[in-house]
Amino acid sequence: MSAPSQDVATRNGVVVRALIYALLILFAVYYLLPLYVMVVNSLKPLDEIRQGNMLALPQQWTIAPWLSAWSTAQIGVSPTGLKPYFLNSVLMVVPAVAISTVLGALNGYVLTKWRFKGDNIVFGMMLLACFIPFQIVLIPSARILGLLGLAGSVPGLILIHAIYGLGFTTLFFRNYYEAFPTELVRAAQIDGASFFQIFRRILLPSSGPIIVVTVIWQFTNIWNDFLFGSSFSSVDSIPITVALNNLVNSSTGVKEYNVHFAGAILAALPTLIVYIVSGRYFVRGLMAGAVKG
Amino acid sequence: MADATATARNAIANPRATLQDLLPKIVLAPSFAVILIFVYGFIAFTAVLSFSGSKLLPDFSTWVGLSNYVRLFNHPNWIVALKNLAIFSILYIVICSVIGLALAIFLDQKIRGEGLLRPIYLYPMALSFIVTGVAWKWFLDPGIGLEHVMQSIGWESFSFRWIKDGKMAIYTIVIAAVWQSSGFVMAMFLAGLRGVDNEIIKAAQIDGASTFVIYRRIIIPLMRPVFLSAFVVLAHLAIKSYDLVVAMTDGGPGTATWTPALFMQKFTFGRNEMGMGAASAIIMMMMIFAIIVPYLYSELGGKKK
Repeated sequence: MSAPSQDVATRNGVVVRALIYALLILFAVYYLLPLYVMVVNSLKPLDEIRQGNMLALPQQWTIAPWLSAWSTAQIGVSPTGLKPYFLNSVLMVVPAVAISTVLGALNGYVLTKWRFKGDNIVFGMMLLACFIPFQIVLIPSARILGLLGLAGSVPGLILIHAIYGLGFTTLFFRNYYEAFPTELVRAAQIDGASFFQIFRRILLPSSGPIIVVTVIWQFTNIWNDFLFGSSFSSVDSIPITVALNNLVNSSTGVKEYNVHFAGAILAALPTLIVYIVSGRYFVRGLMAGAVKG
Repeated sequence: MADATATARNAIANPRATLQDLLPKIVLAPSFAVILIFVYGFIAFTAVLSFSGSKLLPDFSTWVGLSNYVRLFNHPNWIVALKNLAIFSILYIVICSVIGLALAIFLDQKIRGEGLLRPIYLYPMALSFIVTGVAWKWFLDPGIGLEHVMQSIGWESFSFRWIKDGKMAIYTIVIAAVWQSSGFVMAMFLAGLRGVDNEIIKAAQIDGASTFVIYRRIIIPLMRPVFLSAFVVLAHLAIKSYDLVVAMTDGGPGTATWTPALFMQKFTFGRNEMGMGAASAIIMMMMIFAIIVPYLYSELGGKKK
């Protein structure tokens, strides 16, 4: 009596589990499909895309679209490919990430280990700054950049990204340092260690994980930014996302889908590599950014 | 200024101690000052602009009261943008939450290969919306994408041209946005599920509750805080949605896929209606603050207790 019913239960279990696996795999296909489409079609001649099947493997493999996207495709008025814009993005991202991370670490240190009256208000105001729709600061930012002589330049974009990243970097370090034992800081203080000595010798050595999380978060956000890039750049400072959009949505000429796909992968590559190499920290950053306070 | 002189005087009396006392504030001050100016000062600047008659450039000499706001809410493009935002955000939030929760629950069944599946679900979050937009724009394009594929494998009557159809184009943006964000929601729910106390589940199993009942009655209700976080994150992303729309349709066909963020951009920088653009930005900010401020308040307040 009991044996058959248990059999039914396990058989049901097997069916349910098979169904779960099927659904999980189906979703994996859904998430991978656009990447597959981009990769496969970036390696085909244009004719194959136009006539044939977008989902098929290339009949004639070619890396010409990649070379074109990188160095000869028409973007805006000049046939430069994405290369110069990729370099603009690198020049913009590195200092912006460095500045906002260093300041965020110091802010987090002050806000947790050197508390003062009103520190919660200061933090609250910096936290709220993370969520503003950037449309609200576009007009005055353009004016300020103009006044500072930084309009349409890479340094201007660095400044903007560093400032509007401060809220998140401060949030990350503050939450991390909050859990760090304050007694250690006080003990060092009694021993006569200075403000910066304590930071360098006591907090910094154990800050590795949060530095990685913050750098990844800032790198991904700034590399992927489009709004500031499209609003505050000029011909010499256009970042990669804006250049990619110009490449794909230019109304003139033949639409070279294979070049577009190759360009899209080029633009995505740095953040994808970071994600593949350090996905664990990437997810931690997302969570820290999502579950506030 | 007065503070600075007082500090200087003290510094002479006991230079090291005073400097050390002030150092934390000196270190924090530049960041805070920058936030005050670039965030709160700029919000004030934009708010003032929204009451001015600014066209091409900021113009503080003509005051128009609320007329920018009145014109905004009477403008068909803004009404389209609000309707799109409503459609987009409801579908985006609901579908992402359903997919995210379902995937998290399935993945939590001691699945072999979880370590491989999870990163696959989550990688779109690392991509720029422009990249996502390019991939989906061409994949959904009737000329070369899905429709063409289906027809070429023999399904002659297959038709999928939403992206070219004014009535349906906004739903293609939903498809791409859900693709990008649902894995992230999955990760949030999975973290929540892993935090559930096993004792509760065991107790329910001893009472003879089926797995389905345990999820429906016990575990999913425990996920309330995750639902709330997901809602806040997705809603604020929805209100800001801009890049994806630009890359996929640039607001088209016609004005069919305009969103408030797109409206702001086009009116301020394209049509030289800076006053109205500023007013639309203020409305966007009020929408976001209406969601974020109570949330942050409860999160920070709850922590203190």
